[in-house]
Amino acid sequence: MTIKGKAYIGGIYEHPTRKADDKSLAQLHAESARGALEDAGLTRDDVDGYFCAGDAPGLGGLSMVDYMGLKLRHMDTTETGGSSYVIHVAHAAEAIVAGKCNVALITLAGRPRAEGMATGTAPRNYGASPDAAFEYPFGPTVVNQYAMAAMRHMHEFGTTSAQLAWIKVAASHHAQHNPHAMLREVVTVEDVVSSPMISDPLHRLDCCVISDGGGAIVVVKPEIAKSLKRPRVKVIGAGEAPKHQMGGRVDLTYTGAVWSGPAAFAEAGVTPADIKYVSIYDSFTITVLITLEDLGFSAKGQGGKLVADGNLISGAGKLPFNTDGGGLCNNHPANRGGLTKVVEAVRQLRGEAHPKVQVKNCDVALAHGTGGSLGTRHGSATLIMERE
Amino acid sequence: MATQERKIPGPETNPETKPFWEAAAQGRLLIKKCAPCGRVHYYPRAICPFCGSDQTEWVTASGRGTVYSYSVMRRVPTPYALAYVTLEEGVSMMTNIVDCDLDAIRIGQPVTVTFKPTEGGPPVPMFRPA
Repeated sequence: MTIKGKAYIGGIYEHPTRKADDKSLAQLHAESARGALEDAGLTRDDVDGYFCAGDAPGLGGLSMVDYMGLKLRHMDTTETGGSSYVIHVAHAAEAIVAGKCNVALITLAGRPRAEGMATGTAPRNYGASPDAAFEYPFGPTVVNQYAMAAMRHMHEFGTTSAQLAWIKVAASHHAQHNPHAMLREVVTVEDVVSSPMISDPLHRLDCCVISDGGGAIVVVKPEIAKSLKRPRVKVIGAGEAPKHQMGGRVDLTYTGAVWSGPAAFAEAGVTPADIKYVSIYDSFTITVLITLEDLGFSAKGQGGKLVADGNLISGAGKLPFNTDGGGLCNNHPANRGGLTKVVEAVRQLRGEAHPKVQVKNCDVALAHGTGGSLGTRHGSATLIMERE
Repeated sequence: MATQERKIPGPETNPETKPFWEAAAQGRLLIKKCAPCGRVHYYPRAICPFCGSDQTEWVTASGRGTVYSYSVMRRVPTPYALAYVTLEEGVSMMTNIVDCDLDAIRIGQPVTVTFKPTEGGPPVPMFRPA
């Protein structure tokens, strides 16, 4: 069974809020759902499959299904942190191929900013997790775990802070055109490397923003896609893979993208050279660099050269990425950036990205999510889509 | 010189890992070795993550290793060094590098285990320069 060409992205929505003091979490999910259905030209009554992850309030997806009054015949609450929604698109496509649903709704929302969450600098305790006792006492936070991956990459391959900084520079060049982006000021390599050190070697500007917000995606079967009045974007390949500490054989120089990437490319029948635009989860600059290597856009260890000198800037470089400004500049709703990665890739394929960042002849695009932590365990998810 | 004075939250123990923490209280670092496949693993489990056998046994590690990677967390009241240390036995473990100048830590640096008290739990294995 393949999902190639058998499911389409019917609707997308990115919630415009970046600080939702006046809205509830369920409300943000439901507003995002409305937005994506409206974008598709569908209604709530058309939805027969629902997908959400750990950011949804209540038990799994049940509370949100109740809140939105959905009548369903398929549900999936796969949880791999920020990459969940990339996986949800693939799982929705699989469900559609299997005849389990026709219109799948995926939602994401969160209010970490309104709630004053110390997203990056406070250790998170996942309670009964079997690893917790062997990690939590040592103060692993989101930032210092990713920082250890960056430190090791620098040690093995000579990657520099200036090379990492170019990833933020490129994102800022794109964000200047996005009126919703939290950080719209164009920054330089010098700005990044001279920003305060958070956890060596990651500076403040190597880190993504903390924002409220949300988003939604509607995945539909081909017959429905053809009846909609939107540009058609079809799913042509997907891969998902967890990576962990491997019983203590820790290697922080690569991610699960070494497995999810080739699986997605094989299913799609394309290679990295065919990809016109990439959305790469950018929790930190290092996340982008390692992921691009693992997906085959450069040899392992050569990511620094790939991302430097503006090569990720749309219109200037060879590999335009995150043209909405990404997590580094635009938003990072619920501390989970996978859904918005898919959304911007769909905008590019539809030709609906901001004119200043729209990639010419964008016919094949890739979206990649990383959920969890590069420093311990994470879920990688790769999605390849094509304009029809 | 930045030093390690962070309050350490005590680890939650359970029946599966109780021997590890009892040994830690006596200053010994245990790892798990699988009898059938012969491989050591960390963090310790009852079931070998390499072959799935339940014939795993506790062995005392040398306590010597090298820094695989590290990061000094700066944006907190008391900076501290999170690290992975690769033990002589071949497994890498998350830990802190302590009792040293945090700015002098380097990847590949030889380190040796030292157990540090926690709040409300058994001591935990950290490492200092050898």
